[in-house]
Amino acid sequence: MWGYTLRRLLYAVPVLLGVSMLVFALIQLAPGDVVDILVPPEVPKEIADDLRRRFRLDEPVYIQYVAWLSRLLVGDFGISFFTNRPVAEELFGALGNTLVLALPAAVLGFLLGVLLGALAAYNHDTWLDKLFSATAIIGVSLPHYWVGIVLVAIFAVVLNMLPAQGMGFEGIPTSWEHVQHLILPVVTLSLIPMGVISRLVRANVLEILSQEFVGTLHAKGLMNRRVLYHTLKNAAPSALALMGLQFGYLLGGSILVETVFNWPGSGGLMNLAIFRRDVPVLSATIVVLATIFVVINILVDVLQALIDPRMRR
Amino acid sequence: MADAAAALPADPAVALKRAQQGKSYWQRVWERLRDDKVTLAVIGVLVVLLAMVVFAPWFTVHDPYTGSALRRLKPIGTPGHWLGTDEVGRDLWSRMVYGGRLSLLAGVVPVFLALLIGGFLGVLAGFTGGLVNSAIMRLTDVLYAFPSILLAIAITGILGAGLQNTILALTISFIPPVIRISESVTTQVRHLDFVEAARASGARPLTIMRYHILNNVLGPILVYATSLISICIILAAGLSFLGLGVTPPSAEWGLMLNNLRQALWVSPFVAALPGVMIFITSMCFNLMSDGLRQAMDVRL
Amino acid sequence: MTEMVLAKQPVVSVEDLHVRFVMRDATVAAVNGVSFELEAGKVLGILGESGSGKSVTLRALMRLLPPVRTRIEGRIRVAGHEITAMDEAALREVRGTKVAMIFQEPMIALDPVFTIGMQIAETIVRHEGVSYAAANRRALQLLDMVQIPSAARRLKAYPHELSGGMRQRAMIALALSCRPSVLLADEPTTALDVTVQIQIILLLRQLQQELGMAVVFVTHDVGVVVEVADRIAVMYAGRFVEVGPTEAVIDSPAHPYTAGLLASTVLGSASGRRLETISGMPPDLRALPEGCSFAPRCRFSEDRCRAAMPAETTLTTERMTRCLRVAAREIDLAGPSLSQRKAFGP
Ligand SMILES: Nc1ncnc2c1ncn2[C@@H]1O[C@H](COP(=O)(O)OP(=O)(O)OP(=O)(O)O)[C@@H](O)[C@H]1O
Ligand SMILES: [Mg+2]
Repeated sequence: MWGYTLRRLLYAVPVLLGVSMLVFALIQLAPGDVVDILVPPEVPKEIADDLRRRFRLDEPVYIQYVAWLSRLLVGDFGISFFTNRPVAEELFGALGNTLVLALPAAVLGFLLGVLLGALAAYNHDTWLDKLFSATAIIGVSLPHYWVGIVLVAIFAVVLNMLPAQGMGFEGIPTSWEHVQHLILPVVTLSLIPMGVISRLVRANVLEILSQEFVGTLHAKGLMNRRVLYHTLKNAAPSALALMGLQFGYLLGGSILVETVFNWPGSGGLMNLAIFRRDVPVLSATIVVLATIFVVINILVDVLQALIDPRMRR
Repeated sequence: MADAAAALPADPAVALKRAQQGKSYWQRVWERLRDDKVTLAVIGVLVVLLAMVVFAPWFTVHDPYTGSALRRLKPIGTPGHWLGTDEVGRDLWSRMVYGGRLSLLAGVVPVFLALLIGGFLGVLAGFTGGLVNSAIMRLTDVLYAFPSILLAIAITGILGAGLQNTILALTISFIPPVIRISESVTTQVRHLDFVEAARASGARPLTIMRYHILNNVLGPILVYATSLISICIILAAGLSFLGLGVTPPSAEWGLMLNNLRQALWVSPFVAALPGVMIFITSMCFNLMSDGLRQAMDVRL
Repeated sequence: MTEMVLAKQPVVSVEDLHVRFVMRDATVAAVNGVSFELEAGKVLGILGESGSGKSVTLRALMRLLPPVRTRIEGRIRVAGHEITAMDEAALREVRGTKVAMIFQEPMIALDPVFTIGMQIAETIVRHEGVSYAAANRRALQLLDMVQIPSAARRLKAYPHELSGGMRQRAMIALALSCRPSVLLADEPTTALDVTVQIQIILLLRQLQQELGMAVVFVTHDVGVVVEVADRIAVMYAGRFVEVGPTEAVIDSPAHPYTAGLLASTVLGSASGRRLETISGMPPDLRALPEGCSFAPRCRFSEDRCRAAMPAETTLTTERMTRCLRVAAREIDLAGPSLSQRKAFGP
């Protein structure tokens, strides 16, 4: 098990290296360079070129990459072009705000998903199955940013019950008023994970229930509760894998929902960075989100292997 | 993508059965599809939608691009503008119909391209194994390290908005899952007895690839790709919604949602309308994909 | 005292069992009137081709069939319990304690994500309410009993970490964990290597004798059934077409199907005789023929064979057959008997 974990961790190194190269390459591909962004076009070319030299933009690309990567590795994400604050400060504050949404959304979506999926499978081909399966397919077909708009239209504009915009607090929500700000975005975010997970769990549980060992469990006279436990444990590895992916999407895709709700999270930060052409913020956000995604997937792999020993390859 | 796991790679036994049943298998698929009312209805809706979008002028009265300051944000049910008008007074129905052109284009083309490129690379990796497989799959792992939405946003965010960049970005983000599915299906099929037998009987690799593998592999990959269309439509509109996709004044569902946001407090339901189209379209593709999957599942 | 009385009564008694699967486009008549009795300490071997309804009969004894589509008729008594009349909860008490089952493929019959020890222990905990510590100790004894080497280590192993034979031993230990009086074995050796097959059969016979269990042993392998069964029932299209003591059935089959089956195996047609196969296909269980279901493939069939399914005819006290012409002594299937053939064999 430890060997497996270690191997899995080691394998992340080349992947993350690849990630950093990809992001760096993307930045190089962008039209114009940093100086073009920072310096107004009427500034004489000599001054701009001088700046390029000072920023070492005249050096070969691979040297720039190594310099950039070594700064990243020591946690130096640079200074925001726009706010002049350290990128790390802005990024980690925003990431915290994103987590405030993503965590409850994940919990809600995953729980509902497993519940609906398992119930649908256990009541295969009944009206309950059809209802839950329909709910799930609606969940995966909804453009969630649009759901956010509809929810705002209903609960904020028409009913005037819940706040439509912003976070209204900092850090951890502590009062009902804070929680009110969370409700709409969290519900919005949880829809896709709910739909995706419940579809997978339903298909999986159905598949497992058709396996021979379930016959053995009944032949042993086990109670339904215990059979359910066996079923869920068998369904867990693939469900966990999907949950890992989905949590990654909650973080990485938060930009859409955060835009709808004006949420000051990492997605919102990215959005701003894109429109301000704030390259240090943008590249750092992408690299950090991808790293988190990789780490989550390692965690999931290890969890999977803990549950199902056949996966410890 | 969101639905990657639902497109479980075909069971080798299933694939084998399929191969043995030959032509009658596809006949059975077709018969099952014919009996599946929901899937047929859904395909019907998609055909109507496509027709409306292609022949948009026949279905609309007003020009989708000319508005009037006098007719701004009319509510749903206004005479002459039954779905109302947008923030610059353009007819919403016209814009929704015309908007489908870009939305469908940006929803289907990336999946098609990803299917071509990813399918080719995946089948190649699965069929050759060894070094080629490692090279392709390790590169895929790097792309997989990005949640696909993030990858798409990163690419359009850095390269700039526009239809081409949107299609490019979405294609790149859909290639890795297509590679993974194709690779795993191909690898499974490759180890089946009949492929081994074909090899032992001296068939050339390319012949094996054409006749055996593509016959048994294409089905699952295609089903998976149809499920990707739904996600792609949502994401393409999402990029436009962020201002990273199609640029104004083009009509596109996501962009319309974005433009109408400022009207949310004035006429909330008009503001939400374009999303209905995104929802219906993506739902139809999801249902169609489910129907195809079921029709092609021999175990049922 | 009571045990003495019980021992004389059959522990398994089945009367006119019918099992049908009602599905959307067709109804499969898998079992069509099976009756038998089995005393404690005896082994009944059910022999038949693939699809003849052996597994369905066996599963019906525990009502282990999908409840929604399965229709069971007839009467089943196992270890004093009226299986057909019980509710689910009562059934769960009987399963695993009075009657247990081992399956053909131990690989897929064991839960892949639980250790062997856990799968045995949870059964003991469920039925005897002991602690997991105590149940684990019992599990260890059980693994010793089924002769698994270094049992303590195997207890913590997962099914995929064991060899096929070892897995089947674990499956047997699991089945015996609550000392059932009836053991149902569904082709327990079919998936194993020949050498391992013999070991498992020897083990089963030894345990059966030590524990005095009644065993229903399903197989399509004549060689296996001869080794374990006291009596043989030959099954065709959901019916027993012949029942009798093992020796008698093998030596002098009393049904054309049995004769054909024996002629098609190496054991049955030893020395001199050619291996023959039965021509034709088993009948479609969705639409069984009116008359004897074997008639379409039978060399001896006449018009009246196709009129109605022959009833069970008792030949001697121990023997039954479902063949009009054998019952009327019109045909003689007995070639040189197996014991004679053995004497001349290689
Ligand atoms: N759950 C079920 N639903 C529908 N039909 C079934 C079901 N289980 C078994 N059958 C059908 O009942 C018939 C008898 O099957 P059964 O499994 O008893 O055969 P068998 O004698 O055990 O054969 P084998 O040697 O292959 O195990 C088969 O035609 C099978 O298709
Ligand atoms: Mg069977």
